[in-house]
Order: sequence, then structure tokens, then C-alpha cells
Amino acid sequence: MKLPNKARAGNRSRRASGLLRHGLTAHGVLCYVFLYLPILVLVAFSFNASRYSGLWRGFTLQWYEALFSNAALGAALRTSLVVALASTAISTVLGTAVALGLERFAFRFRPLMDVLLYLPIIIPDIAMAVMLLLFFVLTRVPLGVGTIVVSHVAFNVSYVALVVRARLAYFDISLEEAAQDLYADEWQTFRRVTLPLLMPGILGGALLAFTLSLDDFVIAFFVSGPGATTLPLRVYSMIKLGVTPEINALSSLMLLASIGLIALSGALSRR
Amino acid sequence: MAEYAVELRNVSKFFGSVAAVRNVTLGIREGEFFSLLGPSGCGKTTTLRLIAGFELPTAGEVYIGGELQGDTPPYRRPVNTVFQNYALFPHMTVYENVAFGLRMRRLPENEIRRQVHEALEMVRLSGLERRRPRELSGGQQQRVALARALVNRPRVLLLDEPLGALDQKLRRAMQLELKNLQQQVGITFIYVTHDQEEAMTMSDRIAVMDQGAILQVGTPAEIYECPASRFVADFIGETNLLEGKVVEVWDHHALVLVDGARMVCGAVPEGVRVGQRVTVAIRPERISLHAQPPGPLAIPGIVRDVVYTGADIRYMVRMADRVTVLVRSPNTGNGSTPHFLRNETVYLSWRPESARLLVA
Repeated sequence: MKLPNKARAGNRSRRASGLLRHGLTAHGVLCYVFLYLPILVLVAFSFNASRYSGLWRGFTLQWYEALFSNAALGAALRTSLVVALASTAISTVLGTAVALGLERFAFRFRPLMDVLLYLPIIIPDIAMAVMLLLFFVLTRVPLGVGTIVVSHVAFNVSYVALVVRARLAYFDISLEEAAQDLYADEWQTFRRVTLPLLMPGILGGALLAFTLSLDDFVIAFFVSGPGATTLPLRVYSMIKLGVTPEINALSSLMLLASIGLIALSGALSRR
Repeated sequence: MAEYAVELRNVSKFFGSVAAVRNVTLGIREGEFFSLLGPSGCGKTTTLRLIAGFELPTAGEVYIGGELQGDTPPYRRPVNTVFQNYALFPHMTVYENVAFGLRMRRLPENEIRRQVHEALEMVRLSGLERRRPRELSGGQQQRVALARALVNRPRVLLLDEPLGALDQKLRRAMQLELKNLQQQVGITFIYVTHDQEEAMTMSDRIAVMDQGAILQVGTPAEIYECPASRFVADFIGETNLLEGKVVEVWDHHALVLVDGARMVCGAVPEGVRVGQRVTVAIRPERISLHAQPPGPLAIPGIVRDVVYTGADIRYMVRMADRVTVLVRSPNTGNGSTPHFLRNETVYLSWRPESARLLVA
């Protein structure tokens, strides 16, 4: 009989597709385990009472206490925040202006400017670091917090411009015309219509710049001077003496902060 | 008081070497519902943008209320625009959208509140003040755009295909509503559309445009009854365009030989000579069909096709060897217009004035 045969074949193919589906699910789960297990281990060990061994010796908050009483780390965190805030503020204004300029105006060297703008994103950090150091040495600018800020602005402008331009690409130019039609001059149009509509992109770019600045090690390592030690630089010098649970605690806090920032930028760009 | 609400004198606009608008001269009267009608790319939207100030003319002058505009920016011109895609500010509520123009003109807040409510009432949107544009239907968004422009009591309202995005039924309703609104507020409307039926329904006068130039300006009846060129005759409504040669001219009448058939035309312009190649334009509903020849000038033909559309019956009638004409016969149901079948022999007749002789 034809019909039962067909039904059996159908069963077989259903079973095969079931296997495939479970296999794929397992594969997906393993990918996430690979990504997140080390992080979970790190967070867990920041609460481990044992100083040296990988064995679990009970729950403690002592590493977090040690962290908050470490004056050198506190100073480094302050330096990092100053650098991040300053470079973010400058690069957000410059990057937004660059994005508007490149998107709205046609001028002779625009294609070239386009390429040049994205170069800092593409070239390796180490190359950028060497170039910046060379530049500061040649111009005899004393190395310090200022040079780190300038260096961070140098790459953050590109990131901000990239994010703002993505938003601008979807910007309906007739909204600006409508504002001008309703008696708003160029400045009022920018302030009441263009800027509020670009704001999610601008804030997203600013958060990205802030994160990149906090995160940067290579460039800061080259262009920092005496007394200008950012958090990553301080962590690096601590690690030379071995990975302590204190560093685990610090990493866990930084993880929490980045998750917070990412959630914030996600919420902003959905608006 | 200026003679015209808006006047264009020899206005041209080039984008690079492409002429979007060519030497347009146009006067739009105070309180008029004026339409710019033409196919896409004919320059009608550019003409509107030249009046609004979004584009500046390459040559010629734009006057609004008798004042030369020159390079006056849009925000200093006494006109407001309803945009094709409405261009409502997505980050503002309906109330804030409508209040925008009044705020820019720094009216006191209680005056703004009163006028915004009045405008929203006029377009029947009261109660939706706190909604965002994306929470409204297409028809409602369209009304917000209208209220946002009209609340400023502009001297001239510019409308760029404002009904283009609406479905047919809503479109029809909005056409009548817009026309009523215009008569109620008494503001000059300049309306851009590619829909000839829409233009005919609403306008006091229409300018038909093609390739950047104005071909004809007139009331809907003038443009329908007396098209000045083949393009206008063809673009407005349905027309049979038949090419032929003039064989006789007398007293504003002419006899034209069209593929062996001799057609009589009335209202023939001066200067038409015997032997000239011309086009005869005749509307399908102006031809009547008869079973017996009604007079010596009736032309015999054979019904090739019959299409029943409800309100009327459409016949394709083969008149001579190659020429087929469309005839539209009203479905009166009382026997006043006889019905014919496929392959029946019929006789075509029309009043001479219904057959327009076009040389362009």
C-alpha cells in the first residue's frame, strides 16, 4: 500500500530533522558556554576566600574591600574617568560636526575625507600609538593626561562620526524643510528638529567613545607620562606580580559597568 | 492689493544642465484653488518648491502678494506647505507639531493653545493632541499636516500631492473635504498632482505641465473641452486622437480625411490650410452610435468589441481600414441609447464642435 509507506518515510525524515534541530541547539549552547564560562569563573573567583589556589574556600567580599582601599587604583580610576569624559565630550562634538559636514555638503575632497576619517578605525592600535608618540616627541609636547586625551580624541572622532552618519542616512531631509517652512531659521531648525532626532545616534556614539577610551591600553601605554596612569595601565603593572583575586574583583566591576553602558546605549538607540 | 497671490515671471530652474522648469510665467489669483498637473518629472513639484523657497530660480522672478522674493529663505515667506510624505516631526506630539509654527513666531502660549485647538477641530482631530504621529493612521497624519500648515493662516497654502499615499476611497473623501476647507478659510491653495481626475474635481483653474513647461492654463471645463495640444487632450480624460489631412475649410469648420473617412470638425483655429496634416481629437462620450445613418456626414463602422463597465458601455468601432475609435455610451436603461453587438454595422455621428482640430 502506498499511503503507509509514505507515512513511514515522513516519520523518518521527521526524526532526522529532530536530530538536526537538537544538534544545532547543542552547538549554539556550546558557543555561548565558550564565550561566557571564563567570565563566570572570573566573577565567581572574585568572591573566593582563597588567595592562591583555584579551589573554592568559601564566600568573601574581602577582595572588594581591598580594592576600594587601594589608593593607587583609585587614582588610576580617576585618571581614566577624566580622560574618558574629556575625550568623549570633545570627540562627540567634533564627530557629529564631521558627520553632518560629510553627509550634507558636497565638496571637492569629500571622497578623500571619507576614507581618511575611517582610517583610525582600520589601522592597528600599535601603529597609531607609535605615530602619536612620534608626533608628540617631534612637537615637544610633554607626555601626560593631556596627550592621552588628544590621542583618544584622534580615534574616537571616527567612531562617533560613523555612528552619527548611520543615523543621518535615515534622516528625512523634508523634516528640516518643514521646520523652515514653519518659520524656523537655520539654527532653530538644527536645535528643534535635527539635533533631537539625531540625539540617539549622538549619545550612542558618545557611549561607544567613552567605553573605547576606558578600555584603551596600547595607545595610553605609549603616550602617557609620569603621573598619568590610567586604570588599564595600573592593572597591567599589578598583573606583573601575579593575578590576584583583587584583579578578579576589579574585572567583575568593570564588567558590570560595561553591561550597564551597553544596556543604556541600546535603550537610547531604540528610541 | 496685489493682482495675484503668487506670480511667476519667466522662471527657469536648472539642475546642472537639466532644465526642471523652463520659462514659466503664471499668475495665481487671490483665494483660488489652483492645480499644477502633469506626469511625474514634469517640473510641477520644482515649481512649488520655487514658490516655497526651497529652491531658488536660475532665472526669472517669483512674487508672493506682489513682493519680489529673490533669495528670501523659506522661513520668511508668507506661505506654508503640506508635504507629500507629510513630514510630521516624529519626536513631537500632534499638539507640538501643530504649535510649531506659532511657537517660532513667538505667540503667547495661551493664544497658541487656542489656535491649535481650533485648527485640530477644523480637521476633526480633537482629542488626539497627545498622540505621536506614528500612532495615527495615514488619513489622520494627513490632517495633522494640514492643520500644522493652516494654523499659521498663510497667504498661500502649497500642497505637494498630499493625497498620494491614501487609498482610493479615502482619497475621494479627502478631495471634497479639502475643497470645502479651502472655501471655508478662503486661502489660496496651490495643489500639485499627477491625477487629472483629482485636479478636475477640486480646482478653480489648472496648469497642465510637461517637460518643465506650462502647456495650458484654464478652468477644468476649458481644459477638457478645448485642449490646446495633443498632450493636453491625451493627458486629461480619454480622447481619440486621429491623424489626417485637411481637405476643406469653411467658416471655422473643416473636413479632415482620416484614413479614408471624412470627418467634420468645428471651432477650427485661424490659419488652418487645405492639405495640412492635423490631429482630430474627439472624446469617446461625444460620439453617438446609430443603426441607420442620421445624416449625410455620419461615418459607417463595425463594432469590434463591447465592454460593459456598469455606468456606461464602451465600444471599439473600426471606422476605416486602420482607424479604430473608442465610443462611450451611457447605460441609461431607458432605451434612449441603443445597444449594439459585436460585428454589427453602426453609424457614428457627433456635433462638429466636439471634434477638435489640433495642429500641435
